[in-house]
Formats: sequence, C-alpha cells, structure tokens
Amino acid sequence: MPKDGGIGASSKRREDIRFLSGTGQYTDDINLHGQAYAYFLRSDVAHGKINGIDTSAAEGMPGVLRVFTAKDFDGVGGIPCGWQITSIDGQPMQEPKHPILAEGKVRHVGDPIAVVVAESLAQARDAAEAIMPDIEDLPAVMDMKAAVQEGAPKVHDDLTSNLCYDWGFVEDNREAVDQAIKDAAHVTTLELVNNRMVANPMEPRVAVGDYAAHSGESTLYTTSQNPHVIRLLMGAFVLGIPEHKLRVVAPDVGGGFGTKIFHYAEEAFCTFAAKQLRRPVKWTSSRSEAFMSDAHGRDHVTKIELALDADNNFTALRTETYANMGAYLSTFAPSVPTWLHGTLMAGNYKTPLIYVNVKAVFTNTVPVDAYRGAGRPEATFQLERVVDKAARELGVDPIALRRQNFITEFPYATPVAVEYDTGDYHATMDKVLEVSDHAGFEARAAESKKNGKLRGYGIAHYIEACGIAPSNLVGQLGARAGLYESATVRVNATGGIVVMTGSHSHGQGHETTFAQVISEMIGIDADQVEIVHGDTARTPMGMGTYGSRSIAVGGSAMVRAAEKIINKAKKIAAHLMEASEGDIELKDGAFTVAGTDKSVAWGDVTLAAYVPHNYPLEDIEPGLEETAFYDPANFTYPSGGYACEVEVDEETGRVEVMGFTAADDFGNVINPMIVEGQVHGGLAQGIGQALWENCAYDEDGQLISASYMDYAMPRSTDLPMFKVDHSCVTPCTHNPLGVKGCGEAGAIGSPPAVINAVIDALHRGGYDVPHINMPASPDRVWAAMQGAKANMGAAQPAARSTDTAEGRSV
Amino acid sequence: MAGAQLGPAASIGIEKMYDFEFDRPTSIQAAVDSLKTEEALAFSGGQTLMPTMKQRLAMPSKVVSLSAIEEMKGVRVEGSELWIGGATTHATVMRETAESYPAISSLAGRIGDPSVRSRGTIGGSVANNDPSACYPAGTLASKGVIVTDRREIPADEFFQGMFMTALEEGEIVTAVKMQIPDAAHYAKFIQPASRFPLTAVFVARYGDGVRVAVTGASESGVFRWTEAEEALSGNFSAEAVDGLATPDGSGMISDLHGTGDYRAHLVKVMTKRAVAAC
Repeated sequence: MPKDGGIGASSKRREDIRFLSGTGQYTDDINLHGQAYAYFLRSDVAHGKINGIDTSAAEGMPGVLRVFTAKDFDGVGGIPCGWQITSIDGQPMQEPKHPILAEGKVRHVGDPIAVVVAESLAQARDAAEAIMPDIEDLPAVMDMKAAVQEGAPKVHDDLTSNLCYDWGFVEDNREAVDQAIKDAAHVTTLELVNNRMVANPMEPRVAVGDYAAHSGESTLYTTSQNPHVIRLLMGAFVLGIPEHKLRVVAPDVGGGFGTKIFHYAEEAFCTFAAKQLRRPVKWTSSRSEAFMSDAHGRDHVTKIELALDADNNFTALRTETYANMGAYLSTFAPSVPTWLHGTLMAGNYKTPLIYVNVKAVFTNTVPVDAYRGAGRPEATFQLERVVDKAARELGVDPIALRRQNFITEFPYATPVAVEYDTGDYHATMDKVLEVSDHAGFEARAAESKKNGKLRGYGIAHYIEACGIAPSNLVGQLGARAGLYESATVRVNATGGIVVMTGSHSHGQGHETTFAQVISEMIGIDADQVEIVHGDTARTPMGMGTYGSRSIAVGGSAMVRAAEKIINKAKKIAAHLMEASEGDIELKDGAFTVAGTDKSVAWGDVTLAAYVPHNYPLEDIEPGLEETAFYDPANFTYPSGGYACEVEVDEETGRVEVMGFTAADDFGNVINPMIVEGQVHGGLAQGIGQALWENCAYDEDGQLISASYMDYAMPRSTDLPMFKVDHSCVTPCTHNPLGVKGCGEAGAIGSPPAVINAVIDALHRGGYDVPHINMPASPDRVWAAMQGAKANMGAAQPAARSTDTAEGRSV
Repeated sequence: MAGAQLGPAASIGIEKMYDFEFDRPTSIQAAVDSLKTEEALAFSGGQTLMPTMKQRLAMPSKVVSLSAIEEMKGVRVEGSELWIGGATTHATVMRETAESYPAISSLAGRIGDPSVRSRGTIGGSVANNDPSACYPAGTLASKGVIVTDRREIPADEFFQGMFMTALEEGEIVTAVKMQIPDAAHYAKFIQPASRFPLTAVFVARYGDGVRVAVTGASESGVFRWTEAEEALSGNFSAEAVDGLATPDGSGMISDLHGTGDYRAHLVKVMTKRAVAAC
C-alpha cells in the first residue's frame, strides 16, 4: 500500500493550487504605491568603445524622473564574483570589474548602457530611444581559441589577455596521465562542443526596489533562488548597505534552472535608484531582454582522450576544455567548469589516472554560469560519449565496456578529489536495460527499418555531486561563501508548526515535501505544517536552492531543528506525565511512557510550552522554537542509467525520440511523484539540449537565436512518455534522511544517451559518423550522413560533425 | 489612447508599442478610405504585425483592423472554385474546407497554434508573403487568384519575392479564390523553433497538369518547381520525383536551421512525400 502521508507518500503539491488558479504571488505581481518604472537601454553591438552618452533629450521627455549612466555609480561597487579559481602557475584568475552599467566599453549585445526611470514603462521606453550613445565599434572576440592567441583584441583592456584562468586538475597526476596515454593499448580521442543554452524559465526576471526613509531600510523584491545570497553580495559588495538595513524577498518564483542564482545588475540598480529617487522602482524583463541578459549555460569546447589497456580497462583520461565565461564573471561562473566539472570526470568508472585542463576565456557574449547540472552535464556528456566511441572503435558492446570498468566498492576515492559514499551502478544499469526493454530492441529496429527509419539505442550512465557542499572544502577550493543550510522550526501554542527554511522553492515543491518530513517525524497531519521561504526577514540566513541541495542540505537542517524540538517536547511531556524523559516516546502525534498507558497529545505539550503553568521552568525555557544550521560532511552522489531510443529519418535527418528510460538511484525518496516530475523536467531540458536548443552568435557577436523564432524549446509533443524508475536505492550515508537529490539528474544523464542513440542509428544504417555536435538538428544529421556517404568505408569525420576547429559553440 | 480598444493593455503588451490610431471599419470601402491616412497599415489578425509593433520595429500612424468586415469573411464553394474571404481565420478555413478541399484544411490546421489560428487570416498571410508562410504555397499551387478591393490578381503574378507582392499602397486582399484539384497534399517539414516550414511543398493535381509550390526554401519566397510539375504531369508518382535533379541550393535560404543545400534537398523529399500522400 502506498502511504498517504509522510515520507514516501506521493502527496499532491499544495502550492499548485495557487499556481494553477492564478493566485500565485510572483515578483511582477508586486506593485508598490508610487512605483516608477525602469527601462534599460542595451547595447546592440557586441564590442564597442563608449565615446559619450547624450542623455539630454531623454531627460526632457514626458514622465522621466531620471536617466542613469555609469557616471551615476561612482563609489558603487561592481557585481562581485563568488568563486576564485587559481591557475596552474599559482596566480589567481583574472577578475575584471563588472559595473552595473557599462563603463568605457560595451562588451556584449545586451550590456546595459543607460537606464531611464519614468512614471510609466511606455514613457521610460520612449525616452530611452532619445538617448544618443556614441559607440565606436570594436572587433568582437567570439572564438575562444583565437581569443587566447597573442595579439587578439581584448574584452577587458586592463587584463593581460582574454584568459581568465588556466586550471589543471590534478596537477600532480599530469605526467603520470601523459605517460599512461603513451603506454596505452588503445586511445580514443573525441573533440566536441557542449552547446550554449538559454535557461528560459517561464517567468522572466523582475526586480522591485523600495526604500523606507523613516527607517533607512531598503527592500528588494526579486526573482531569485537565494535571497540571502543576494542580500550579502549586493549589500556588502555593491551598494554598501548593512544586512540589517536590507531585506530581500523572492516570493513565488517561476522557475530558475540556475540562472536565477546570480546577482544581477538590475537588482542592484532598482535598489539603488529607489533610494536615490525616494520612489519604488520596478523592472520587468521582456523575453527578448531575457535572451541577452540572463546568464547563459554550458558553452564548452573539449578534447577528451581515453586510454585503455589490452583488456579494455580504462587506464587514463585526459581532457582539455575551453570554457566560455562571456564578457564578465557571473556570480559562480568560475566554479562551473572547474570544481563542478573536473571532480566528476571519473564518472562511474575506476579510471586510476585523470587530468583535466580548463581554460576559461572572456568573449563578447552574455556571461555564462550554472544551468541545471552546472559542469556535471558537461563532464558526463564528454565521458559517456568517449566511452561509447571507444566501444565502437574496439568493436565491443558499449554496455559491457561500461560494466567492466564500473566502480563496485564503496566508499570509493576517485583520482579527482571526491569520495563516493554509496552507489550500485550494476543495479541501475540492470534496471535501465530491463525497463527500456533492451532485449526487445532488435525487433523494434527491424520494425523501424520496414518503415524506412533507422532506429538506434543509446545508453549513458552518470554520477553527479549534489547536496552542495561542505563549507570547509569549498572554502579551500576558492568559494567565497559557505554552503550550509538553515532552518527554524517554530511550534505554535496550538500545535501547528512553521518551518522557516533557507532553501528556496521555485517549482521544486518544498512546501509539500518539507511538510511531509515534519509530518512523519512528529506524527501530525502535513496541513499542520507551514513552510516559509524566500524572505530574508522571515527566514534564517540560508544559501538557497541549486545543485540539487535542498532536501539533502536544507532538509537536513530542518530535521536537525525538528530533532531539537522533539527532544525538548519530550522533556515537557515527561514533566506532564511525571515520568522519566528516557521513557518518553513520540508516535502518531502523541507522547507515551513506555510500558504504561500514559499519554499526552502533541497539542497538550505545545500548549504547555507557551502557557507554562505546570512546567519545568527550573530546567528548560518556555517556548518551542529551534534553529539548526547544517553543513554537510560530503557531497551526495546520485547516479543512474539512462537509455534513449531514437528513429532517424534517413531522407531528412530528423531525429525522433521514440523512448526514454531513466533508472536513478536518488537514495531515499520523500515524494515519488515530485521526484518523477523533477526527472521529467530534467529529461526535457537534456533532450532539448541534445536535439533542439542552441544559443548561437554570429562572428560579429550578434545573437542569432534571440527569440523563440530561432531558439527551439522542447514541447510536450516532441517527447515520448518517459519511463522513470527510482527503485534502486543506496541511501546516502552522511545525512539524516539518507537522501541524495534529484533536481538535475535528468539534464545530466540524457544528452549523451540521446547522441549515443543517434550515432547508433546512423551506424546501423551504414553511416560511419563518429560524432555529431549538439543539437543534432535535422540539417546537421543529414550533413553528417552526406559526409559519411562521401567517405563511405573510411573513418573520416563527417562534414560539420566534429566541427571543433572553431573554438566556439555554433 | 485609441489602441486601448484592442483589449486590456497588459494582456497584449500595448505599453510596449508606439502610439497609433485604431480603426475597425465594417465595410471594404470604409477600410480603403481609412487606409488613405499616411503610414496607415491594414491589420488582418496581426499575428506578424503585433509582435513587430511590440518590438517597435513598426510605427504605423494608424492600424486599420479588417476583422469587422463581414463581406470579407467565410468560405464558399462554387463548382470547382473555392472562395475564401480575406478576413477568414485559419481556424475557420480548417473547419469549413475539411470536405471541399482537405489539403487546404490540413494546411490551415497546421499553421502556428490554436491562438494563432483563431486570429490569423488568409488575407493577412498572402499579403505579408512571408517566405516561410504556408498559405502562399497552397494558393500558388491551387491556381489561386487574389481578389482585392480593386482587381483580381493571379497568384503567379501576385507573389513577387520575400515579403513582396503585387499589392499597391492601400490595396486590401478581400478574398482568395482557388481551383479545387483532383488530388492535393501539403508536405511540411518544420523549423524546430518557429514551427514555420523549414521547407514545405504543396502538390495539386489537375486534369490539365500538376502544380508544385514550394515555401520556406527560397530567398525569393514561394515558387513553383516547374521541373517537378512537368515530370509529374506525365507520370504522377514519387518515382518521377526521384528521377529529378535536386534544385539548385544557391538561391535557397541558409540560416541557423539549415543550409541552402539542405533546403534544396528537402524540396525534393517533401515533393515526393506530398505526391505519395495524394
């Protein structure tokens, strides 16, 4: 029998009632009395010198309150970067200033030049058109490999070059890896692009700044995944507002996918301008603006080499990646291609020697930062592609090659600095083969062939590091923040509970799942539990939601606080029943004394805590409210086997996803329905990246895919019914719930499964195509087939299929 | 602001547009008169014009909606001729041609999404002549005649290149007439983002020959693939298309979604599929 409440129940999402009935309270729903509107004038060129900005005509336009340019921000800090990477030579990364409004130069299409604040949005927009910027075009820096050549034009004139850092990991392994590759019986090499993505949350970004003159307090309402992080970064580094005078509220947020982690110029601008003008100031991003101002994701160009011995054991792995930073360093950008990527290069395999080199490069593009999976999809894609390619080159079964090299003993210390606590990769591989009916594939392939289609089966197995992260460890790795999480559990006199969590829910369903955990622990109905998040004035200092960390870290903090509550409540119950504290048991919302029929209800104890007439006041304080901060001992390591089945239309190159199976090990699961939904969403984004989504610039730095006319979002009709299984469970060993996190897995494991399936289909059709870069759009697949046809029989790269001579994602 | 008549401002993003006058005449003559204002634009569904205005890429002094002109609405069959009023929405065409001309019904039913089909009109589509629009292909293949407030223009003369038509200043497409063929099919290969045709082919077979119209592919907009028409008029079969050389890719659109050569290849594939489905 499935449970109907508590941990393990597929409770319906309570927040969906307001989301689906139009009563959600999103940032754009916040309208303050006397509010003015900000409109950002953005650069339409990728790179240019600002000779001057004539705002005089705009200032005289109707309704205009003020026009802001960079000169209005003297003494205001730049947007800070939250992670410092150290290069191989021991030097810290190059860290350019990221001003709120462009100073001296514009550096990407969309870089804000000026802002008009006016009585209405239409007036602000009209006035912005009257601003006359004098911008002298400069050559755009687009190709990462060209950008790091001597004499290349520089994005930032005050830096020594466009190279942000050159990172080697683990540097001590480098020579041994080089030697192992020289000594290998076989080396498989693959050059590939991990295409640039636009996150496209359904709700565009919004910021509303407010200033209360009577108290000197500033408030920012913003679409953020982590309001406390914004308060810290913006208050301390940009505007110089102490945290006790600054409140940041992130109410209902309509999707984030990483791009709402970061501190953005528009947030600082609205907070700053509200104080300057003594008026609330609101900015709402249009979708067009979102394309050129939300941080993008991915955009890596990689060469990976896998060495194998004569028995097909992996002996070494070496990668070289160019990672696009864009024009400025977004909040966590430097960490994504390094610590969130290099540390995952072992994957599920016991490869003894690994060396990862990452060159982070500035270009005249929108800043690139974390996007669902952040570094881990990039690691998984290259690894699972190169393993598949190796199997093909060696003529062995790609599943068998993976199994042969799987890690089987835990805990397992990888050569890239992390220790996997648990996992059972053979189990998830068995499960994905079973659920996807691998055994029946050949029959389905034959059926497809009858219909003139090439069918392919692709497998991928992934590991990810979630539940980020141990603060002392990330501190050593360059993080400028801790990555604990917090919770306050407040029990009211009548027994209801309010949990104030530092985690943030922007679609994840925390209001439901967190309440299920408390319900389970105390034995009361979940509707007695309210989850509060997203407001620095109402919740303890928390680090927010990303990296599949909420239940593993935020949930753990909540459990710790609830344990303190239960311990105190037992003391009160012991007093009320004149029993020994050690004999008190809490079950189904009642305290009993072991071996007796004595019992007091949860509500009797909570009432006693606040009306302490009969109460052990000499031993414990009244009240029932506890806070806990939880700092994880390790990452968590979800893993899984993914299988994709595609049909390729030989005539058009169109790929259709016929089936997709995900067999994940997420450890213990709180709400299976929500987990399934998370996997569905991740799969849609991962399959979207593999087949359709592509953020493309031309050589001059113009954003080509600047709207949904050219940026192809996946739609429900493009996707098959997913088969999702999470019955393989190896609980996490170091957090109280044994949970691992599930938010990003789908986006991590699916892209290589899709491309492996496409390559398999092409080979079954006789096309010797070694690789196709994502997205495997019809024209690319068709061109690859034409190239393979031209070189039929020879292992030549197909036309455009491994187009990585260029150092950019196109 | 006059534009507020269009509906609640917030729902259509009118605050993003330049100011304009708005007129919604109820007769063709009144519309023609209204369009005599300098920089006035006809608005027939607005599925292209509205986003263009929201991006401030168009600054009409006046927008003249054709949606209240009853004489420009509806679908009629007169013998082998199909008459579709210029202000008839795609959704209506889809419904009302399902029996008389299923290939056109299918074309209309695959344009955009339900909201586009409920607003967009055939007159708006042919007058705009987007190089990737569906109706120009259906009209050109169906021996179409574009009826305006002042004349009738054969489709062969009407479509003159990317976003170019034979329409004069202020001229309104009041109806589109088509000859119903013996058999027809519209084979559409979509661009994955916009869902417009990356390349689509409308094949119509008549007693006196076959017409093949291609959209989405050419830099010059919709065109007739005459080599295929000749071959198919003699032998109406997919094999007849197989025997043809792929059209020249050099005049084809090359963009993020496909090269000219790829589109040229698709012209042949889609023609074959359209014939096979006839």
